[in-house]
Amino acid sequence: MTLPFIMFFVCAALAVIGALTLILAREPIHSALALVLVMVSLAVLYLLLGAEFIAAVQIIVYAGAIMVLFVFVIMLLNAGVEERTDYSKLAKFAGLPLGIFLSLALAYWMLESFIGKQIANGLGGTNASVSTRELSAQLFQKYLFPFEATSILILIAILGALVLAKKDE
Amino acid sequence: MSIVPISYYLVLSAVLFGLGIVAFVVKRNIITIFMAIELMLNAVNLAFVAFARAHNQLDGLVFVFFVIVVAAAESAVGLAIIITVYQNRQTLNLERINLLKF
Repeated sequence: MTLPFIMFFVCAALAVIGALTLILAREPIHSALALVLVMVSLAVLYLLLGAEFIAAVQIIVYAGAIMVLFVFVIMLLNAGVEERTDYSKLAKFAGLPLGIFLSLALAYWMLESFIGKQIANGLGGTNASVSTRELSAQLFQKYLFPFEATSILILIAILGALVLAKKDE
Repeated sequence: MSIVPISYYLVLSAVLFGLGIVAFVVKRNIITIFMAIELMLNAVNLAFVAFARAHNQLDGLVFVFFVIVVAAAESAVGLAIIITVYQNRQTLNLERINLLKF
């Protein structure tokens, strides 16, 4: 067991535990904090994969901005314990096994696909990390138009949020 | 120094995506369901980064960047919608927000 393996398994376990807590917690605020745990451990995994810029963006935008927005709305709406409504009988008994089955089937398909087999045969796998300089060159040259389009998307999102959340006169 | 095989990341991504779907279906609180969507987006991002690493190409990372931007826009608008729904119905339980249900 080398250090990357230990890091991977610790972070993977934390991510899965966080996702399970998201499902099992009764209070939305606990779910939100569990999701923050998932995002931080995913950021560590991105670092392990050599994607430093994405790891930083994950922490700043996801764990920082988006989750603060969620927690803010939870506090604003004073969201308490979730009401337990009657599940259907089918969901009660078949839900968990079907969920586990779905996860495993998805993993199996990913590994058995053409690309998955290529990867298992050792395609790629360098240790060097991606430099942010190369990434930004790609972003501002090859993907310049989508990048500009996202700025318009953000502008529209701001306007939409303002219009929706505004008090009606 | 040996590195972690890419397939491990793919399995983790699939498991997180499955848990996200389970949370989406099981939870009754509209905010928690929204968080389940974010969890699924995160799982897909992990798969994107893992594939980008496997192919030694940067395009996957650029896609993750765009996914994060779209998720930010989506959560801003979505939470505004949730606030509006709460102002109109005084509840966050999805089973009580059934105006469009036949």
